[in-house]
Formats: sequence, structure tokens, C-alpha cells
Amino acid sequence: MKMTIRIFRPVSSAFVAVLAIVALSTCSSFGEIGGLGAQLAADAGYISDTQADAVGDAAESAEKAFETLTPEQEYYVGRSVAANILADYPPLDNESANSYLNTLGQTLAMVSDKPFTFKGYRFLLLDSDEINAFATPGGFIFITRGMLECATDEAMLAAVLAHEIGHVQLEHGIKAIKASRWTDTITKTAIAGVAMTSAEMAEVTAVFDDSIGDITQTLVVNGYSKDQEKKADEAAAVILARAGYDSEAIIFMLEEMNRRWNPGGHDFAATHPTPNERIRKVRKTVDSQPRPERSSTPVREERYERAFSEI
Amino acid sequence: MKRLLIFLILAFFALALWAGSMMSVQVSTAQLRGTPSFLGAIAAELAYGDRVEVLESGRGWFRVSTESGQSGWIQESALSSKKIVLSTGGDISSGASTEEVALAGKGFNEDVEREYRAQTDLDFTWVDRMETFGHPAEELVAFLKDGDLEGVIE
Repeated sequence: MKMTIRIFRPVSSAFVAVLAIVALSTCSSFGEIGGLGAQLAADAGYISDTQADAVGDAAESAEKAFETLTPEQEYYVGRSVAANILADYPPLDNESANSYLNTLGQTLAMVSDKPFTFKGYRFLLLDSDEINAFATPGGFIFITRGMLECATDEAMLAAVLAHEIGHVQLEHGIKAIKASRWTDTITKTAIAGVAMTSAEMAEVTAVFDDSIGDITQTLVVNGYSKDQEKKADEAAAVILARAGYDSEAIIFMLEEMNRRWNPGGHDFAATHPTPNERIRKVRKTVDSQPRPERSSTPVREERYERAFSEI
Repeated sequence: MKRLLIFLILAFFALALWAGSMMSVQVSTAQLRGTPSFLGAIAAELAYGDRVEVLESGRGWFRVSTESGQSGWIQESALSSKKIVLSTGGDISSGASTEEVALAGKGFNEDVEREYRAQTDLDFTWVDRMETFGHPAEELVAFLKDGDLEGVIE
């Protein structure tokens, strides 16, 4: 998956336009058109035939994922990935902090491209010094105390939450599931109106287990592709601006993370490109957003201080 | 340039296709609002699988009418073009594809989660607790307003 995603980078805007048509089309299958788009791009000399095949394959696996999983099923996947994260990182049980985090996060989700997931976005602080944040399919979002400490105001914290919402709206978690997991039984049980036999139940549970493993491994150990991180950063800049924040906040946050960058550490350094590389890539999107008159207000400063005064 | 033109034409038709089509609520609950905005008064609450007819669309919202004849606006991410079938009235798999029909509660569902939990012994206490952390849209709009955040509330 990682390799094929990288192939998208050098592809021209014409190809992006073809994919955009696919996104708007209501009657065509993604795989069909994804393959066609790749072929058009190859014919036009933008990518090689081998690359076109790889893009076609990626489109096909994405088609399977999108066709097969409903928001309800994504929600169940998200719950179990969340339980796995909570097995590694203890929750930070503080009502005022978590309540503020949810108000801020849900406000950002409301102005995102995907305001609704099956049961909505939920946020939780993790009691860990590690600098990290995670988002599961369906919108369970976690941020460590270490990451919170990098932020000095509401807008910087908003930048982290908006980046995670970006991963959810772009379906990056679901795309981390290996295409080979989509067996006939999975497809069949998703559409057949009959009860599962015990053998089918065992197979579906095994595939569920493997899918949860794929996503958790990607979130905690391997990381998403550089391109997916870039897209989540760009989505974050847009979400910040739509909410009325100065989207420069994502640059400030990345600069602070850069000061704390610890290569080889078991935190965001293990799963993300360097903050400086990310700043370079998101700069253009940040610069194209409208700037608000004020970067903060006394109300924002006061509610931010109050929320985290006990931790 | 030619490609851009083709793109625009196709995009126009893709949007025009929505009008008159039937869609399903794909989230556990959704609000039907008086205007295409999270500030719009709530006209009705819709449930997972409810069918609506699309009357018009614009800027991320659909104006729809429900089976009981109410009409209002609903945010597009709450709707799916698939038919979501709640009850399992026999085998409907013949001729139906996952592109057209989704069965609520099938595939990765509560039963599969229960089986998975039995096998892994994972603790879901905090996952369940997280689900109680919801704030109504009106409160979120107030959060923007109080913070002098001139967000695009749509």
C-alpha cells in the first residue's frame, strides 16, 4: 500500500482531475475508473505502464474497502482499534480536560469535509510523556499528555486535532487494511440477508482481528505514508481556517515538535516524516488560507488554561 | 484545457443526478434542519437506515423529504446513496451488490466484536466511556462564537 501511494505523487493534475470525477460520480465503480485514470495518465506519458498497473491495483483494493465497509462497520473497527491503543496507553482521567478536548475537537470536525461518522468524533487524553496522537476509523481520536505539552494555546492544540480529523476524513485507517483481507466471505456476509454460520462467524472474526492488527500496527509502529501525512496536514490547515483559527498554528506546532524531535524515539518520530519536511510541504496550503484578524483572544486563553489547570 | 472542460461537465451532471434520487441515513442519528447549516432549527431526528428523497443540494447539504412527508436539510456525510436494509427478510444477495445495498448490523458487527473481545480479553471500558463525550452542535457553535472564531458554520 505504502509503495503504491507514493506513486501518486509525481502524477499530474490531469490525473487528479480524473480521480476527482470518480469521487463525484454516483454510478461508476472506483476500481474501473481508477484503472482508466491510471491508463489515461500512462497514455499521456505522465507515468509508466508499470506504475499505471500499480495505481490500478491500489484503486481496486480501495474499491473493495469502500464498497465493503459501511460507516457502521467502520465504527466497530474503530472501537476495537481504540481498545488496542488503550491497552498500550492509559487514559488520562480528567473530566475538565477531556470535556474541553471534545468541545474543541467536535467543533473542528463540524467544519471538516466529514462532519458525521456513525456515532460521531470522540477525543481522549492519554497519560503518556510520549509525543503522539492517533485516530481510528469512525473517529476515536487520542492525544498524549506529551503532545498536549507541545501546544501553548488553543490554536496549536486545534492543529493536532485537525490533523487527526484529516486522517479520519481521508479514510487513511481503513486504507491501512491489507487488500488480501477482503475475502469472499467478508463480502458475502456484508450483503447476504441470512445469519452467519459458525464457520463464517469464525472467518469474519479472524479477518476482523487481522484488520484491527493492520490498522493498529500502522498507527503505532509503521506510520502512514509521507503522502498521507502531507494530506492530513493540508486538511488540518483548511479545517483550522474554516473554524476561524490562524492556520499558521500548524506550523508553530510542527516547529515545537521539531525542537523535541528525537530520532529513533518511540513516538511521532517513529511514524512521521520530520517536522521540517512537513512544514515545507504544508506551507503552500497554509499561505493560501485566509488569515483572521486576531490569533487569540482572552476568552480562548482563559478557557484553555482552565481546561488543563489540574494536569 | 479540454480535460478541465470535460471535468466540469461531468461534475455538473454528477451533482444534477442527486435531485429526485433516494438516499439513506448512514449514521446512528441525524438531524433534519430548517436551513442548510448547523445553526438551522432541528425539524426532526432521523434514524439509521431512514430513506429520504433528495429535492436539491448545495454546499455540502441536501434538502430532502422524509417518508412521513417532512422536509428539511441534512449534511451530506450523514447520507449514503446505498439502500440500508435494517431487517433481514430472507436472502437478498441474489442480484444485489454492496454498491447498491448495505445491510445494517452485517459483516463487522456487535457479534463479531463480542467474539473478538472474548478472544483478545481487551478492555473496552474507556471506549464505551468515550462514546458518552458528545456535545450537541448548538454547544459547538457557541464555542466558536465565545472564542470570537468567525468559523464557516454551515
